[in-house]
Amino acid sequence: MGSFGMIIGTWLAGFLTFAILSFLYKDNPFYKLAEHLYVGVSAGYWLIYVAFFDVEPMLVRGFLDETGIEKWILLVPAALGVIMLSRWFPKTAWLSRWPIAFTVGVGAGLGITANIQGYVVPQIQATLLPITGLNMDSLDSLILVVGVVTTILYFYFSKPHKGILGGAAKVGIVFIMISFGASFGYTLMARLSLLIGRLYFILSDLLHII
Amino acid sequence: MRRAVPLAITFLTGLFLVVSFFIPHRPFGELEQRLLVWFAIVAGFTMLLGVDNLIRSHARKITRTSEGWGHSVVLLVGLVATVVVGVIGRVQFGSPFHLQSPFMFIYSYTIVPLQATMFALLAFFIASASYRAFRARNWVATLLLVSAVIVMLGRIPIGAAMSEFFPWMQEWIMTVPQLAAKRGIQIGAALGAVSMSLRIILGIERSYLS
Repeated sequence: MGSFGMIIGTWLAGFLTFAILSFLYKDNPFYKLAEHLYVGVSAGYWLIYVAFFDVEPMLVRGFLDETGIEKWILLVPAALGVIMLSRWFPKTAWLSRWPIAFTVGVGAGLGITANIQGYVVPQIQATLLPITGLNMDSLDSLILVVGVVTTILYFYFSKPHKGILGGAAKVGIVFIMISFGASFGYTLMARLSLLIGRLYFILSDLLHII
Repeated sequence: MRRAVPLAITFLTGLFLVVSFFIPHRPFGELEQRLLVWFAIVAGFTMLLGVDNLIRSHARKITRTSEGWGHSVVLLVGLVATVVVGVIGRVQFGSPFHLQSPFMFIYSYTIVPLQATMFALLAFFIASASYRAFRARNWVATLLLVSAVIVMLGRIPIGAAMSEFFPWMQEWIMTVPQLAAKRGIQIGAALGAVSMSLRIILGIERSYLS
């Protein structure tokens, strides 16, 4: 890409940045144009992404490069993919349930193994830290255990929140509210960081003021 | 055929994935990887359905000259141009993601600024929504408010300039109470996902067939 292309690109990016920011005043045609362009370009981008990183190497390259059973077995996902397109024809649309069932089956199978292996066990392991004596780390470890257990108990609705469960749920809500507040603050700061990035782009790359 | 076959596909796919996790030997061991490749291929075809839906819906708006049909033209032009440029990049440079490819021009100067500004815009809406919603009505709401303010102040230089307490406290909030509640929620959600996956594999949950 030459320098002329970069200049055109920078002006285009600047125009689109202002078009999106114009929504702060009110909904207007420039915002609508940028919004629709974003949807269209993103759809095209992901289509190319999936074709280049998934379908081409896994199906097309796989079929051309492999031999024997490894080659022909690729016809199964190819057939499932083509059957998925049967939704285009009302009479055969019901056939698309087969590939949907396959994707749901993969999701459900991974839902069991990946969740237990990736979330439940590691999170419990990381929570049950040793108490090494009367120090700040041990206190933090203890607070962590109390926080995790009481948060889980807060979401346990099979019994009324009375007695010990009610008390634990009340402790749980303290942790949950602190967590939501912290997540809110963290998210807002991340968004502000993006805004600073855009303002820096306008003042530096586009207008050369700083 | 319309219900039994999809239920069988889901059952077998889910079962194979669970079995391959517990028996990491041939022929089950390599099954998980194979099924994931198939999943990616089928998902690639699904992308076609999504894009087709988008094109149909906006083409309908254009042919009926419904309100805002001009924006639909922008969307479709953006989509088609991105795909065409992606194909050109593939042919010309061997990959649409080559730095010299015109596809990367669209990515750098259209998608990146649009996406970053769209998320940056959220900073204003989060701030205005929180101004209206954040009221210290009771002690738990106060906890949320205080936690958010400490995290925000602790992550900016002015917070540290005011007091060393803010950076220290925000770090403690993020690593202890915030983490505890997040872990509790994640463990609960993961256990919920495991039980939902079991229901799907066993055919108790069938809403995906409707």
